[in-house]
Amino acid sequence: MQFGIFTVGDVTTDPTTGRTPTEHERITATIAIAKKAEEVGLDVFATGQHHNPPFVPSAPTTTLAFIAAQTERILLSTSTTLITTTDPVRIAEDYATLQHLSNGRMDLMMGRGNTGPVYPWFGKDIRDGIPLAIENYALLHRLWREEVVNWQGKYRTPLQGFTSTPRPLDGIPPFVWHGSIRSPEIAEQAAYYGDGFFSNHIFWPASHTKQMVELYRRRFEHYGHGSADQAIVGLGGQVFMRRNSQDAVREFRPYFDNAPVYGHGPSLEEFTRQTPLTVGSPQEVIERTLSFRDYAGDYQRQLWLMDHAGLPLKTVLEQLDILGEEVVPVLRKEFAALRPAHVPDAPTHASLVAAAGGGHDSTVHAVDDVTGASPEATQPTTPDSTTSTLEVSK
Amino acid sequence: MNPFHLAVITAGVTQPSSTRLLADRLTAATVAALAPREVVVEVVDVRDVAHDLTNNVLTGFASPELQVRLDAITEADAVIVATPIYAASYSGLFKMLVDVLPQDALRDTPVLLGATGGTARHSLAIDHALRPLFAHLGALVAPVAVFAASEDWGSTDAGRLGERIERAGRTFAALVTGQPRVERIDPFADVTPFESLLSGASR
Repeated sequence: MQFGIFTVGDVTTDPTTGRTPTEHERITATIAIAKKAEEVGLDVFATGQHHNPPFVPSAPTTTLAFIAAQTERILLSTSTTLITTTDPVRIAEDYATLQHLSNGRMDLMMGRGNTGPVYPWFGKDIRDGIPLAIENYALLHRLWREEVVNWQGKYRTPLQGFTSTPRPLDGIPPFVWHGSIRSPEIAEQAAYYGDGFFSNHIFWPASHTKQMVELYRRRFEHYGHGSADQAIVGLGGQVFMRRNSQDAVREFRPYFDNAPVYGHGPSLEEFTRQTPLTVGSPQEVIERTLSFRDYAGDYQRQLWLMDHAGLPLKTVLEQLDILGEEVVPVLRKEFAALRPAHVPDAPTHASLVAAAGGGHDSTVHAVDDVTGASPEATQPTTPDSTTSTLEVSK
Repeated sequence: MNPFHLAVITAGVTQPSSTRLLADRLTAATVAALAPREVVVEVVDVRDVAHDLTNNVLTGFASPELQVRLDAITEADAVIVATPIYAASYSGLFKMLVDVLPQDALRDTPVLLGATGGTARHSLAIDHALRPLFAHLGALVAPVAVFAASEDWGSTDAGRLGERIERAGRTFAALVTGQPRVERIDPFADVTPFESLLSGASR
């Protein structure tokens, strides 16, 4: 099972000091947080994508590539990649590049985005959210799997003889998750492709998550990718910890009460009862997280939101220490003991390469307009197993 | 025969409330007119979930306490509503409940309208505020509605309000019987196959 963190990338005033970080501070804090996540032994760091204040992560592959260059193990992902308003051609190119630069140490999570005004800025309409997610992803899926794509759809310029470059590393497209809270169409989409399904679970009751995960598992089996309990499920979570439960509640309450999403609404007590938010001791977080399995089944990825609502960097780094030292090692052991042998891990680049019987270079060489010659024809055939010059991480 | 499920929404805030009184009397008249059909009545008093409604608007989900009530309304065979008239319209709390109902919760559901106000001069609020709202929601709004002004409760014409309530209950019962309720589609049970989604078709 993979454990990690995901960030929204909000620039929020610290309600206890009244201080608002600059964009530069927020961006560099994001890097520090990602590096710390690797240092404390987490498996995944994921960043959101937003194109409006108060958010900074408008260029996720730039940030992720920068992190990739300064880390060795941690898998880089998104939370989420806007499949509705981002050109699928650019997603194919940007993330294939990231895949090469990170030696396959990445995957992505598709999401629709729920901010109405963002859509028209990119020439789209939020009312087309679901059809855009379906059509754009269908194209992205082909761009990574077919060398030459002829395509025509409703929402983008047709493509004639288009080759997305670079081709995926080792000929293996990045693994994709689809995130959604309540749209059955997205659970259906993830099931159809045999992709992962991620329920960002954090601001809503467990009943939403259960309904979506059950639908995804049922349809994953329907489409022949394996049994329902072998489907690839990820969950969000949100925690704040101190050794003593009361200290955690006292310290987190002002951040909760003023948080952009739920502030000035329900009390901290109501919200922790009704959603997965857990504010308390590391032991309470362990118990709550293990209870997710009761309604989501054996799942593959647990991500927590740690750096939001104006929490200072120092506090976030302390939280990551607690997570890495006291929470995740216990959860790894407990979840592993509960999980039946036939339930797979989340796919990684290495496991997908192995499943494909090894990697192969899929570089597409241009054909000379005049002579019709291709450099491929003049080169000796490269053995499959040695084309990836960079080591594939586990 | 299955019992008939009648949900009653009442938005009065005082204790006791004339709006609740009107709701109860409309309910009694309807239940009497539906006899001998067994009727299960679920009363949703908006005041009981006032904070939960604010929280739902802010967070996007209902507390368990509110969810039970939303389910009762969504699953009802017919709904009676009663709201005080504030500033020429239904009360804000009443509208918050309507705002957080699931989409299509009242589509094809027979609805009987009731309202209370200080004077009979507000009586047309039923027709210029409540009726368009429930038309928008796709409800089958009963043509006969009841407005109860303060003076109606103590009028020497005491028979008048009682008669109007009785008539509203009787005509509402006539509307709902022989109106088999349209089954709700559960999008999680009855999923649109992906091939249909891909080809651009929706349900």
